[in-house]
Amino acid sequence: MTKRREVISIFVDNQANVLSRVVSLFGRRGFNIDSLTVSATNNPEISRITIVFTGTEQALNQIITQTEKLEVVKEIFTLEKENSVYRELLLVKIRANKMNRTALREVVDIFRGKIIDLSKESVVVEMTGAPEKIDGFMNMVSCYEIIEMCRTGITGIKRGLATPECCQEEHEIDSGDLFD
Amino acid sequence: MKLTGSEIVAEVLLEQEVDTVFGYPGGTILNIYDTLYSYQGKIRHILASHEQHAAHAADGYARATGKTGVVFATSGPGATNLVTGIATAFMDSIPMVAITCNVPDSLVGRDAFQEICITGVTMPITKHNYFVNKIEDLADALRNAFRIAQSGRKGPVLVDITKDVTAATIEYEKQTPLAVTEMPKADMADIEKVAELINKAHRPIVYFGGGVAASCASKQLAELLQKADMPGTYTMMAAGVLSYDDKKNLGLIGMHGSVASNKAVDKADLVLALGTRFSDRVALNMKKFAKDATIVQIDIDKSEINKNVLVDLSVVSDVKDALTKLIPLVEKVERTEWIDKLREWKKVRGDKKEGNAKLHPYEIVTSVCDLTDKETIYVTDVGQHQMWAAQYLKHTNTRCFLTSGGLGTMGFGYGAAIGAQIGCPQKRVIHFTGDGSFHMNLAEACTAISNNLPIITVIMNNRVLGMVYQWQTTFYGKRYSSTTPERKTDFVKVIEGFGGKGYRATNPEEFEAAFKEALKSEGPVWIDCVISREERVLPMIPNGGTVNDIIVG
Repeated sequence: MTKRREVISIFVDNQANVLSRVVSLFGRRGFNIDSLTVSATNNPEISRITIVFTGTEQALNQIITQTEKLEVVKEIFTLEKENSVYRELLLVKIRANKMNRTALREVVDIFRGKIIDLSKESVVVEMTGAPEKIDGFMNMVSCYEIIEMCRTGITGIKRGLATPECCQEEHEIDSGDLFD
Repeated sequence: MKLTGSEIVAEVLLEQEVDTVFGYPGGTILNIYDTLYSYQGKIRHILASHEQHAAHAADGYARATGKTGVVFATSGPGATNLVTGIATAFMDSIPMVAITCNVPDSLVGRDAFQEICITGVTMPITKHNYFVNKIEDLADALRNAFRIAQSGRKGPVLVDITKDVTAATIEYEKQTPLAVTEMPKADMADIEKVAELINKAHRPIVYFGGGVAASCASKQLAELLQKADMPGTYTMMAAGVLSYDDKKNLGLIGMHGSVASNKAVDKADLVLALGTRFSDRVALNMKKFAKDATIVQIDIDKSEINKNVLVDLSVVSDVKDALTKLIPLVEKVERTEWIDKLREWKKVRGDKKEGNAKLHPYEIVTSVCDLTDKETIYVTDVGQHQMWAAQYLKHTNTRCFLTSGGLGTMGFGYGAAIGAQIGCPQKRVIHFTGDGSFHMNLAEACTAISNNLPIITVIMNNRVLGMVYQWQTTFYGKRYSSTTPERKTDFVKVIEGFGGKGYRATNPEEFEAAFKEALKSEGPVWIDCVISREERVLPMIPNGGTVNDIIVG
């Protein structure tokens, strides 16, 4: 059976142990997760988990129906490519001195990335975008020495006004300590 | 009214109309046990000899009565001893609430004495679990635990309470139990499609499981089979849902199912699966299961659809609701050709007397059937005796055959029998076990004795670990690795040591006499039945096989 890659949004109670309930379910059912992101939503009682998963249609249906059964899960759906936007954050540290820094900066600019740290021998680049764009950028800088990198994995949201029911009420968001 | 956490536990149990709990005390749960002392007369506590069996007892109680079974255990080893019992209930969708206590919140996470993260341990084997370290959360967690255990596909829920919460106080107000989450109802358009498929089919069969028992849909099932003139075959979890003497009953399906059932499914053009999950003990070869049939599945749990076997049409619904809507749409027909064929297959049976012994399992089981009434509850452990009981007992009622189907827990039987007998004091409880299974849990005899429970234990004693021994005989060239333990246990003396009665039977006459005596006893009785180690559970389809691989003799 052919496999496909899907992005799944799971809305869960914002409580201790919830993430491990979801993740352990994936583990014990033998489903492999490509990437996972999680954070609170505009409703402070609800968190949103975004999971990217590759599998057959049968496995995908199983993931959704099995996860749906968890008491802590409020809503679950797939984010179809056509009506959703996906974004990912990349932080990459590249060896760069004053000889090649300008050339590297040009690539970063073309990809609309940002250099957020600079030392004599390295730069740290921040970039957000669709995963394909980040793949493309990584491909372009592969001729440089990559010292370290990290990607957040996809987080995604549906286009238009459609909102998950559990997030529909108005909630005040605590702005907290904003930091740059 | 200000109450302590322990009193809230007791009060919520009363709210839920729980009058019986099983368990074992310990350090962290001491406050609750102390409170139980004041609730004597309202809540009866049955002390087990091991938490595993307390959990099996709560499970057996739930299986026999349909109510939620409740079990208490202390932290650490008390809680981990519940694990097998909870997992057994989880695999068979049995409603259970396990209440454990943990170390005081100030010690949580410090590897304190008898500390264990039991919510983490039981996450994969519960429908949900709660860790309560705030008194404000206690009543709601308990109430929700009961709601979840009985909602939709039933199952176990665990509530772990820190010791300080059991001592803390808070205002408590009595509430009516939370309504169970509404059962999914069958979509009429889907039901019309199912009816059309049944009406068009030439060789239809219904394959039904525990979901039919849980949904109390016996009557509707029998009516459907009658009206559409189609046969039914069942999993162990559904033994008794359709009376054994119902003409449409083909018997057990699967690895040790009847030839007729397995052949019928193989040759069917329509399989209607009701409240069942195509377990690997039924669909031994998932790709070839009912290969010529259109498969329709009706189940309350959406995640069971297409999990093991891909189906052509599915209805996510409570079985009773689906059948009630389906029956009027099904045409009354006669399928003479198909039924005649089935009758022919039904003649091939496995009730053979084998081996050299004078007493055979078939004789034991049929003798028990002849000497007991239709209301009797039969409980089994796991192994050969379980299959003989499943095959030969004349199942006539739902909730009268209690067995560990999904997890296959050796040692389940005695605890479950105790729970069933406590839940149904007016009924007879007969416990079938093997010498292998019984060695795992026979210490629970002290519970049966203390509570004067007239459970009759029939031990099919072949002095080997029979089912594995059978596999080794057939598939491992008679290399009997660790299945011939050469134990010298004298079961008659053992039960006498506990304070009960014991008999030994080496032939049918001795068995019948012993069983008749046992029926007169008011306390537990064990009958040690000497059978041959060469007895086989037949028919048998090997793992991954189909009906073409069936071994009948």
